[in-house]
Amino acid sequence: MEALFSVTVGVLTACSVFLILRGRSFPVVVGITMLSYAVNLFLFSTGRLTINGAPILGTNTEYADPLPQALVLTAIVIGFAMTAYSVILAVRTRGEIGTDEVNEQDSGESSR
Amino acid sequence: MNLFYIVFAPLIGALIPLLLRRTSRSVKTIATIAIPLSCILVAWPLAQQTLSGEIPTAIQHWLPNIDFDLAFRLDGLSLLFVSLILGIGVLIILYAHYYLSSEDSDSRFYACLLLFMASMLGIVTADNVLLMWAFWELTSISSFLLIGYWYHKSDARRGARMALATTGAGGLALLAGLLIIGDIAGSYQLNEIFAAKDAIQADRLYVPALILVLLGAFTKSAQFPFQFWLPHAMAAPTPVSAYLHSATMVKAGIFLLARMHPALAGTEFWFITVTLIGLVTMLVGAYFALLKHDLKGLLAFSTVSHLGLICMLLGIGSQAAVIAALFHVINHACFKAGLFMTAGIIDHETGTRDMRKLQGLLGFMPITATLAMVVTASMAGIPPFNGFMSKELFLDQALNQHLFGGLSWFVPMLATVGAALSVAYSIRFIHDVFFNGDYKELPKHPHDPPKMMALPVLVLAALCIIIGLIPMLSVSGILNQAVSSVVLAPTDVKLSLWHGFNLPLLMSAVAIVGGIVIYSQRDQLFTFNRQFEGQDAKHNFERIVQTVCDSANRLFAYIDTGSLQRYMALVLIAVIVLVIPQLFDIVSLEGTRPQQPIDFVSIVGASVLMVAGFATAILHRHRFIMLMMLSVVGLIVSLSFAHFSAPDLAMTQLVVEVVSIILMVLALFFMPQKTARASTGHRVFRDILIASLIGGIVATLNYGILTSDFETISDFFIANAKTGGGGTNVVNVILVDFRGFDTLGEITVLAIAAAGIHKLLNKLKPFMPSSDIDGRPWHRIKHPLMLTNVANLVLPMAMVVAVYIFLRGHNLPGGGFIAGLIAASAMILQYIANGVDWVKERFNVNYQSLMSFGVMIAALTGVGSWFFDRPFLTSWFTYLNWPVVGKFEFATALLFDLGVFLTVIGATMMILSNFGKMTTRHRPRQEGN
Repeated sequence: MEALFSVTVGVLTACSVFLILRGRSFPVVVGITMLSYAVNLFLFSTGRLTINGAPILGTNTEYADPLPQALVLTAIVIGFAMTAYSVILAVRTRGEIGTDEVNEQDSGESSR
Repeated sequence: MNLFYIVFAPLIGALIPLLLRRTSRSVKTIATIAIPLSCILVAWPLAQQTLSGEIPTAIQHWLPNIDFDLAFRLDGLSLLFVSLILGIGVLIILYAHYYLSSEDSDSRFYACLLLFMASMLGIVTADNVLLMWAFWELTSISSFLLIGYWYHKSDARRGARMALATTGAGGLALLAGLLIIGDIAGSYQLNEIFAAKDAIQADRLYVPALILVLLGAFTKSAQFPFQFWLPHAMAAPTPVSAYLHSATMVKAGIFLLARMHPALAGTEFWFITVTLIGLVTMLVGAYFALLKHDLKGLLAFSTVSHLGLICMLLGIGSQAAVIAALFHVINHACFKAGLFMTAGIIDHETGTRDMRKLQGLLGFMPITATLAMVVTASMAGIPPFNGFMSKELFLDQALNQHLFGGLSWFVPMLATVGAALSVAYSIRFIHDVFFNGDYKELPKHPHDPPKMMALPVLVLAALCIIIGLIPMLSVSGILNQAVSSVVLAPTDVKLSLWHGFNLPLLMSAVAIVGGIVIYSQRDQLFTFNRQFEGQDAKHNFERIVQTVCDSANRLFAYIDTGSLQRYMALVLIAVIVLVIPQLFDIVSLEGTRPQQPIDFVSIVGASVLMVAGFATAILHRHRFIMLMMLSVVGLIVSLSFAHFSAPDLAMTQLVVEVVSIILMVLALFFMPQKTARASTGHRVFRDILIASLIGGIVATLNYGILTSDFETISDFFIANAKTGGGGTNVVNVILVDFRGFDTLGEITVLAIAAAGIHKLLNKLKPFMPSSDIDGRPWHRIKHPLMLTNVANLVLPMAMVVAVYIFLRGHNLPGGGFIAGLIAASAMILQYIANGVDWVKERFNVNYQSLMSFGVMIAALTGVGSWFFDRPFLTSWFTYLNWPVVGKFEFATALLFDLGVFLTVIGATMMILSNFGKMTTRHRPRQEGN
C-alpha cells in the first residue's frame, strides 16, 4: 500500500511539474492546482497511512495522526485561495497584454 | 543607567539641532555642545570608579535568545576613548560654529555630528560584540553623511561613497569574524570572549576569524592596502576631518584591535600580520604625506602613517608596546585635531590649502603660526612635546622586539626612516606655509581667525605641552587602566620626558636630522614621483566598482530573461541537483514500519488517479478536457482522504474541488479554449525529464517517510481533546483550539487573497468572446429552468446541512471550514442558475464585510480570553441543557469556528461572485462594491 501511495503521489507531482513548465498561463495554473493536491497528499501521509481510524474519539481504538490532517485541512483552503489568485492573475494578464504567454515578449510593451 | 545616558543622549540629541532649525546658529551650537558636556558630567563619577580599578557596567536585555543585549561597560580602554570622543567633540562643535559658512546647513551638520559621536561612543563602551558591531556600522553610515556633507560637490559625493563602500565592506567582514568568535566562545559578552582566549586561538577557525576582524579594523583605520579612502574623505568640511581623523572614525579600527587584543593577540599570525601591515602603512603614509601639496592631503596621509605606527605597536603586543600605542592614541588625537583645525583656519582665512601658493604667512597670522608650530612639533616628535615621548617609546619597542628572528633589525631601521619622514613633512607644513619667502597674492587677505575659533586649537596645543611636561600627572592614571584592560594585567606606567642618553634618543636625533635633509631635497623627490602620477585612487576605485556592476548586470541579464519557463526549469534543476546526492547517502530507504496490505479499492483509486493525472498533463492543449481530468484527480484525492481515515479532509477537498473547478471554468470563458503547439520537441523532452526526476524524488521521499517509524506529538492532542478542548473530533479541536492561532493566521491569509483578487478585478478589461470556440453563439436561454428549480430546492437544504455540519464539527467530522464551503457552493449555484441580478435582489450582502466580520469574530474570541487572564485564544467550554435538544455543549471555540465559517463564505463568495460578474454588465468598475 505504501509503495502504491508514494508512486501515485510521485506521478501526480511529475504531471503537475510538466504542466508548470508549459508556456501558457492556463496549464501553469492547472499545474499549480494539481501540485497542491500532490503536496497535500504528501503532507497528509507524514502521519502515515491508517485505515478505519478516523480521529474521532470514542469510535476507534487506534487513531490516525490528527495533526497532519489539521494542517492539510487549512492547506486545502489556502491552496484554493492560491489557485483562485493565480487564475484571476492569468485572466487579468490576458486582458492587459492580450496574450497568455508566460514568457516576457521582447516586442511587447511590458518592461521589467 | 548612566552609561546608557552617555550613548543615547547624543543619539537622541541628534534630533535637537534639527528641531531648532529655525533658530540662530548660536542657539544651535549651545544646545548641541550641551549634549557632550552633559555626557562628560554624567561620565565623571563613572570615570572615578574606572580609575580606581572597577569597571562600571550597565545591561538591558534585548534579544537574550541570541545573546544580543544592550550591554555597556566603561573599562580603562573605553574611558580613554570616551574622553577623546567627548572632549575633542566639544572642541569640534565650537570650531564648526565659526568654520561653517552662512549657506551651510548647520543643523544638519550638528545632527550628523552628534549621530556620529553617539555611534563612536557606542563602539567604545559596548560590552557585547554584536552591539559594538551595530554601532560600528552606524559610524560608517554617519561618517558617510558627514563626508558627503557638501553633497553638491562631486568630490564629496565620491569620497563619501568610497568611505562607505570600504568601511561598510570591512564591517561585514567584521560581523562574520565576530560571529565566528562568539560561536567559539559561546557568548558575545566581552568578558566571556576574553575568558575563552585559549579555545579561540586553538580553534581551526581562528585564522579566518582573525583575518575577518583585521579586515574590519584595517579598512576602518585605513591601513595598507585600504589607505586609499582616507585622503578622499578630506572632501569633508574641516571640522569633520579633524574629528574623524584624530579622535574617532579611524581610531575605531585601532580601538577594535585593542579591544579584541585579550582574545586574539599573542599568536605568531597576529604578530606578523599586524606588525608588518602597521609598518608598511606607516612608511607608505609618511612618504605620500611628504608629496602632497594640499594641507589636508598631507595631514590625511600623516594620519595614515601614525595609525600604522599604533597598529604596529599593537601587533608587537607586549605591555610596554600597548602603553606606547595607547599613549600615542592620546597624543595623536591632540596634535592631529589641532593640525586639522589649523589647516582649516588657514583655508578659511586665505581661501586656499595649496602649499605651492601659500608662503610667508607668519607676519599675517602670528597666533595661528605659533599654535601650528606647537602641534606640528608634537607630530614631528620634538621635545618637550607629548609626541616626542610616545615616539621614543615606539622606537624603544621597535628596538626591543625580536619577532623576526635574525632579521629583527630592519624594524627599528624602518621605524627611524618613518620618523624621519614624519619630521620632513612636519617641517614642510610649517616652512611652506609660514616662511619660505614673502607673502604672495591669495584669494583672501589673510589674518588671524576670531579668538573663539582659535580657542580649540589653543586648548589642544596646551594639552600637547602639558602632557609633554607632566605626563605622570596628566595621563598616567587613565593610561594605567586602559593598558590593564588590554593586557588584562595590572599596569604601572612610568612616563618621563628624559630617559637619559640611549639608543632611542639617538634614533630620534637621526630622524630629525634625516627629516631636515629629506625636506631640503624635496624637489628631487617631487620630480622622482612625477613619473608615477596619473594614478588616482578615486578613479581606480570607481573603475573597480563599475566593473563589478557591469559583471553583475551581465549575470543578471543572463539569469533574468523574463521567461517563467526558464526560471521554473532552473529552480527545479537546482532541486534535482541538490536532492539527488542526499538520496544517494540513504543506506536503506525502506524503514521498519509494518506496511499495510494493498486492497482492491486502493488499486482502482490509484489507477484512476494516475490515469487522470497523466490525462491532465497530456491533454493540456484541450483546456476544457484538462479541467475535467483535473476534477477527477481532485475527486479521487478526496476519496483517498476518506479511505485513509480523514473524513474532515475528504469533505473539505470535495467542496474545494467543486468551487475551484467552477472558478476555472469561469476563467476559461475569458481564455483561449485551446493551446497552440508551441514547445519544440527538445523542450518537451527536457520537461518530461525534469518532471519525471522530480516525481521520482517525491515518490522516493514519500516511500521513505511512509515506511519509517515515527514519534508523533499528536498523542497529546488525542489525550486532551475531550478533557481540554471539549470535543471528540480531534482535527477540529486542533484547528479551533490547540492550534487556533495558526487557523487565525490562515483565515487572515484567505481574506487577504480574496481582497487581492478583488483588487485584481478592478477595472479589468477581460477578453470577452461572443461565441464559443467553434463560432457558435451562446445559447439564448441564460438560465435553464431545470437548473433554476433544482438550485432553488438545494439552497435551503444545503444551508441546513451547512449549519448542521458547522454545529457538529467539534465532535464529528465537520466544522467552520467545511460548513462555510458548503454554504458558499450552494450560493454559487444560485448565481449560476439565476444570474447576478436575481440573487442581488433577494440577497444583498456585502461579502467583503462578511469576510472581515468573520476574521474579527475569530480574533475577538481570542482577545476575549485576556479578560479572564488567560493567554490569547484560550478556549472555555461548558454543557448547557437546552429544551428539546437536551444536553448541548457550548465552547468558545464554537465562536471562533463561527469566525472561520463566515470568513470562508465571505472570501469564497467574494472571489466567485466578483469574478462571475465579469461576464455580465455588473462589472465591478470602481473600488468597493
